[in-house]
Amino acid sequence: MVTVLARAGLWLAVLFLAVIGVALAADGGFAIHMGIVALAALIAVWFTISGADYSAIARGILKMPDQSKYDDDPVRWGVIATVFWGIAGFAAGLFIALQLTWPVLNLEPYLNFSRLRPLHTSAVIFAFGGNALIASSFYVVQRTCRARLAFPAMARFVFWGYQLFIVLAATGYLLGITQSKEYAEPEWYVDWWLTIVWVCYLLVFVGTIVKRHEPHIYVANWFYLAFILTIAMLHIVNNLDVPVSFVGSKSYPLFSGVQGALVQWWYGHNAVGFFLTAGFLAMMYYFVPKQAERPIYSYRLSIIHFWALIFLYIWAGPHHLHYTALPDWAQTLGMVFSIMLWMPSWGGMINGLMTLNGAWDKVRTDPIIRMMIMSVAFYGMSTFEGPMMSIKSVNSLSHYTDWTIGHVHSGALGWNGMITFGAIYYLTPRLWGRERLYSLRMVNWHFWLATIGIVFYAASMWVAGITQGLMWREYGPDGYLVNSFADTVAALHPMYALRAFGGLLYLTGGVLMVINVWKTIAGKLRDEAPMHDAAYDPATDRPILAAAE
Amino acid sequence: MANKRVDAATNTETVGHEWDGIEELNTPLPRWWLWTFYLTILFSIGYVIAYPALPGLHKATEGMLGWSSRGQLDDELKSAAAERAKTVAALKDMPIEQLPQHPELMRAAVAGGAAAFKVNCVQCHGAGAAGSSGFPNLNDDDWLWGGDLQAIQQTLIHGVRQPGDDETRVSEMPAFGRDGLLTPAQIQDTTSFVLSLSGREKPSAASQRGRAVFEANCAICHGPEGKGSRQFGAPNLADAIWLYAGNRDAVSSQISNPRHGVMPAWGTRLDPVTIKMLAAYVHSLGGGEEFAPAPAGTETGAEAAAVE
Repeated sequence: MVTVLARAGLWLAVLFLAVIGVALAADGGFAIHMGIVALAALIAVWFTISGADYSAIARGILKMPDQSKYDDDPVRWGVIATVFWGIAGFAAGLFIALQLTWPVLNLEPYLNFSRLRPLHTSAVIFAFGGNALIASSFYVVQRTCRARLAFPAMARFVFWGYQLFIVLAATGYLLGITQSKEYAEPEWYVDWWLTIVWVCYLLVFVGTIVKRHEPHIYVANWFYLAFILTIAMLHIVNNLDVPVSFVGSKSYPLFSGVQGALVQWWYGHNAVGFFLTAGFLAMMYYFVPKQAERPIYSYRLSIIHFWALIFLYIWAGPHHLHYTALPDWAQTLGMVFSIMLWMPSWGGMINGLMTLNGAWDKVRTDPIIRMMIMSVAFYGMSTFEGPMMSIKSVNSLSHYTDWTIGHVHSGALGWNGMITFGAIYYLTPRLWGRERLYSLRMVNWHFWLATIGIVFYAASMWVAGITQGLMWREYGPDGYLVNSFADTVAALHPMYALRAFGGLLYLTGGVLMVINVWKTIAGKLRDEAPMHDAAYDPATDRPILAAAE
Repeated sequence: MANKRVDAATNTETVGHEWDGIEELNTPLPRWWLWTFYLTILFSIGYVIAYPALPGLHKATEGMLGWSSRGQLDDELKSAAAERAKTVAALKDMPIEQLPQHPELMRAAVAGGAAAFKVNCVQCHGAGAAGSSGFPNLNDDDWLWGGDLQAIQQTLIHGVRQPGDDETRVSEMPAFGRDGLLTPAQIQDTTSFVLSLSGREKPSAASQRGRAVFEANCAICHGPEGKGSRQFGAPNLADAIWLYAGNRDAVSSQISNPRHGVMPAWGTRLDPVTIKMLAAYVHSLGGGEEFAPAPAGTETGAEAAAVE
């Protein structure tokens, strides 16, 4: 009873503060945001009070969930959230690609490119990717520790608190609330909220590892832990702001000028390094061997490449600031650390690909493993391209061009997207206790749509980027620049149309996934010629009970 | 705890751990991987020695090559300037009227002007210099202030309606409607007449009435036939070229409440050689005129003599 009261009281306090925030708000956006927070707090109060089992509390019985099963509710919600935000993010991406091709699609003031672009990036990285990471980490850490989640209530708070962060960030962009830091656009109060959620996430994750029933910590959990810890550090340092008012949305960053730029790209690059690489490598390290039903290729490689990756990635940020006001020495270090990062990154690719040794035929017969293997291949490609683009002479051509956009998307669509799709297809039937997916043939379709979509996207952006870079630097024989900026924009138009077409294919694949996941959850099985899928034994998918030790 | 076994498919020993059915092979690091990793480290050490890299208390190491990004930029700017030096020096002392006699120099000036145009002028006149509503098209032979090299240079240096510049080009059409100089009916009649000059509307009773209003109020600048005057910067109304638009609404709005666009005086922002080049470039676009004693206020007819 005491916990129910304490929790309800905490949410009431949040509700109270939010209502005060609405009343005193210095700007309309802040008032709307506090209104959203108040609504969320109200819902939390309602569920705290109505969800409590009062008769059990009255009888003095502590309600215990079934300890012989893993705590999978937050994982199930996370899978649905991942699919939902994924479609939202892909659709936003397609729309802004169309805006770049046909600027008339800029719908002022709320739906112009500059407000929708952060909406797209945050939706795919933090909403789609973040939910995939949180859900898969809760799934994987339980299985590989053979233990239920520590602090189950906190795990639920992490999930819903993170959704509130997403809603606040997304609505903020549309309202024009931004601190104008790429991938860190949300304003100070949203940052504070995410910090609370993230620390809880760390506690749940570490708590579960601490109560594990396995003697060793599995490599996927090293990567998840590195991801959670480093993101906490990056997020806090890059968002050290001074709010103009505690009831207003605007703030100013503590670091300014070139220091601010360096901190921003230390954050920005390691958002790639630890969110989109370390976290997703953790997914790879669990789901690839599970789906392939093969041992990990090399334990030794996993150790060496983990520590090399963690140590080297954190220094590579300055390569985003080549040929800027950043001192030359810092640019040099950013470049050499990026080059040394090549092999540590490829260590993950080798371990992912070579895990199929002895089961390569499954690439032909199992569409889920094929998706995962294509993902790892794209990972290898973009982690070669990245160090190459960090070389200063390459960067002087590629920087500020669409080549960068192509590079990011071969990583994001290829690596992050495909491994997430693979994980979702692996998880859905197991989480909902279904015999298999609704349709493995649709997974096959999804695979080809996504792959061809990425080829259109990346190839058009390579051509566009190199065209742009060469046109910008083109000097005539008399020593004068040949092209105006508008000339380069006009030259890129066909490439932009091709890019949007690639995005359309990718989104279509995503829609197939929605249908597939939906029907699987509904318990339907498509009548189709069977394809290979990894075996699943629910009897072994259980935690080790403390008493049984 | 270790439960090692040899994996049949790869003939490799496992490490002996197992998590949720996942085992790990004890495969050694691939040699090519390890050596490539070492090579990237070696390259990095070499690069750090060669280039500015290690920060100290007061300054960083400068590297054995003595390279710096500012130095590289400086070198590149200098070499580009060196390529231009001959042209720039020759153009500096040459009055613009003599430029057509030196075709080689003219060609270089046009190339330089094209580059300067892309930086300074495209924002209003467009990448192809075709202009847009309110910003003149520079490709045609219809000039408000004159289309020979000297006239273009003059416009460039002093701008149009540039505040604070005594020699700027100024024309100020009265606001016939806003200031009550003409009644709305008269403005509609005048509009009909103006549109009939270029054949956009057929002569009518309204245009006949408008003719009288035009002769009394407009002809002093635009000429009796509406062919304009460069002395006053008055546009030719009898051709198909319109600064704003040639429809009824736009013309009557211009009579009633005219807009007065401004072009900056570039003489205070660009050096004289660049301005000469810009003049040569604009002149080369298609409508440039040869030097002719311009009979002010009368029909000049377009001797569209593209120099090249």
